[in-house]
Amino acid sequence: MSRRLLTGNGAAAWGARLAEVDYVPAFPITPQTEIVETLARWCDAGEMAARLTMLESEHSMVTAAGAAAAAGARVFTATSSQGLQYAMEMIFTVAGWRVPFVMVNVSRALASPITLEPDHTDVLSARDAGFLQIHCATCQEVMDGVLIAYRVAEDARVRLPAIVNEDGFYLSFTREPVELPDPGAVRRFLPAFDPGSAAFRASHPASRAVAVLGGAPYSYFRYEAHLAARAALAVYDEAATAFAAAFGRSWPAVERYRSDDAEVVFFMIGAFATKAKDAVDRLREAGERVGLVRPRLLRPWPDAALREALAGKRAVAVIDQNLSMGMGGVLAAELASALHGHAGMPMIVPFVGALGGRDIAAEEFFEIARAARAAAAAGVAPGPRLLYTADELREVRKLQAIAHAERPGAGGTR
Amino acid sequence: MYRIRFHGRGGQGIKTAAQALGTAFFLEGFEVQDAPRYGAERRGAPIFAYVRAARAPIQERGVIARPDAVLVADETLVPVPAAGVLQGLAERTVLVVASSETGETWRERLALPGPVLALAPDEAGGPLAGMACAGAAARLVGVIGRERLEAAVREEIGKLGAAVLERNLAAALAAYDALAPHAGLVAEGAPVAAAGYRPPEWIELPRDTAHFAAPDIDAPATSVAAKTGAWRTLRPVIDYARCNRCSWVCGTLCPDSAIAVDADRTPRIDYDHCKGCMVCLAVCPPHAIAAEPERARAEAAE
Ligand code: SF4
Ligand code: SF4
Repeated sequence: MSRRLLTGNGAAAWGARLAEVDYVPAFPITPQTEIVETLARWCDAGEMAARLTMLESEHSMVTAAGAAAAAGARVFTATSSQGLQYAMEMIFTVAGWRVPFVMVNVSRALASPITLEPDHTDVLSARDAGFLQIHCATCQEVMDGVLIAYRVAEDARVRLPAIVNEDGFYLSFTREPVELPDPGAVRRFLPAFDPGSAAFRASHPASRAVAVLGGAPYSYFRYEAHLAARAALAVYDEAATAFAAAFGRSWPAVERYRSDDAEVVFFMIGAFATKAKDAVDRLREAGERVGLVRPRLLRPWPDAALREALAGKRAVAVIDQNLSMGMGGVLAAELASALHGHAGMPMIVPFVGALGGRDIAAEEFFEIARAARAAAAAGVAPGPRLLYTADELREVRKLQAIAHAERPGAGGTR
Repeated sequence: MYRIRFHGRGGQGIKTAAQALGTAFFLEGFEVQDAPRYGAERRGAPIFAYVRAARAPIQERGVIARPDAVLVADETLVPVPAAGVLQGLAERTVLVVASSETGETWRERLALPGPVLALAPDEAGGPLAGMACAGAAARLVGVIGRERLEAAVREEIGKLGAAVLERNLAAALAAYDALAPHAGLVAEGAPVAAAGYRPPEWIELPRDTAHFAAPDIDAPATSVAAKTGAWRTLRPVIDYARCNRCSWVCGTLCPDSAIAVDADRTPRIDYDHCKGCMVCLAVCPPHAIAAEPERARAEAAE
């Protein structure tokens, strides 16, 4: 075992290397490219036995990933943002093939306007596809998450592909200490993929993923995938328990940080959750009973574990780093679906923030906690509040003034 | 926790500087977080990187708003608002500028309340100013030993070969030694307390008309207005005696369309927009294009 400084992208690559993947179909996109570059370097140097193929698009990349997994290979791939969107047809399709592989998504906000910095709207757009989703808050979790994802995805009770999500910049390019496990211990935790009789062999032609008409067969196949995803709840718990026993790091489906006696909890996914923890520590120093509840597993949705974590709280401040236009934040709605109709559940106080890499200041976390407490005291749930300051709007107004100004003489100067 | 920011231009080793300092802290037993921040631009564009180091695991993330120290590898960035060099500077923040002028001159010019130090050119390592800033920061925090800094530079640069490593080591250690009188000047900052915090000035966004609220720029040829030539650290200069007027190689391959060709097939470089990527230098068949450091040109002109 060794502890070293790795970026989230480096940790993702190490996850694939330690999982001893056979095949890596790849296509570059910022801020993911470093992952496949690292893997390509290791493959070239003979440090990894995998075959890495550069495809001509993410659409083909995901198709290749699904096809190779159908042939019984252990497959790793990675993408981000617009690339995920470009692959979206195949994201839904390959999940229906019931083939396990792991894809790291490096969250980056979607166009328009185009940007490089992160929010979670990209990965949440894949939430209905049949991929499992594990959301990471640290570089260590990225590496460990890849290993756990293989074990859950390949389990005979599940057999679905999985996305491991890390935030662009805040994890992808950020180095943190990461503990690299011993390869032998990883092999014991994650034995070679055994597809059983399901593996496609060129010598035995077969048709997979056939077409159906009439709703009954369609409903059957889709609902079976849903049942497999629900079964992944227990399989994930088993895998996380085995992981903790083998490596001493515990990654339950729902993280609870100082939340047991809390009255108000922050609720969010991804790298900014560690900022929320920092805010929890500061608020505790000031005598406030505040905590954090973070679903690490987003698909399947760990609704029972969330109810258990949130029962008896006064308010849960949901911080959505995504936007479903015309509705609001996705997590707040998902959480409502888990809590509604159950007794003793807290008021949901929704916030939307950190879109396109916009930071959340410590003072904003303090204010979120105050607002959530006030809403619970008043007994009225407010609508979603955008984290946006007067200064930020002034800045945008300046840009607009420049963008809309007539500039005589601009153009044709060369 | 220590919170340290590095500023410079793409190509000056700013990301590597942050990693060298991060690794030095890590080797001293600190928990560390380091990261570069840049946009889609190339060589020469302003970039920054930051390092957090603490004895306990680090939960804070993102750009450092209240730095304990800011180190600037390229003094031309100080007055550029978009570079954000002076952002969050407080009385306790130590500013270090790689510059032949004195720290006192900079302090007066910028009307700063806190300490300002200059890294003189021989200490700043010339083109290795980023690495010199890493060495300076390592000494200023006062908790990193010389041999740890050396080991960190070896770890980050070693893969680039012995010659590059030696130059970087020399730059880092020269700055480390030069700042010996100021060891420990940079102190760990405190986190923002939750008691008595200043609430954010949140607002509701107004709903603007679609035309106004769409991300559009209502003007032609906007890239002409952005003088990207200011990003250049190296200037391509055509030796017209050698140029054989091929008329297309450099002009076609310049990624910024900064080379126009006259009717008589003579190439002309538009220095307002040339970013100094040196693609033209690499592709010119008769090797008619040379690279001249902008800094040396500016000094010669003075
Ligand atoms: S190719 Fe030459 S002229 Fe064009 S931007 Fe690069 S250095 Fe400048
Ligand atoms: S590529 Fe070289 S020879 Fe051709 S026009 Fe440019 S400078 Fe002249």
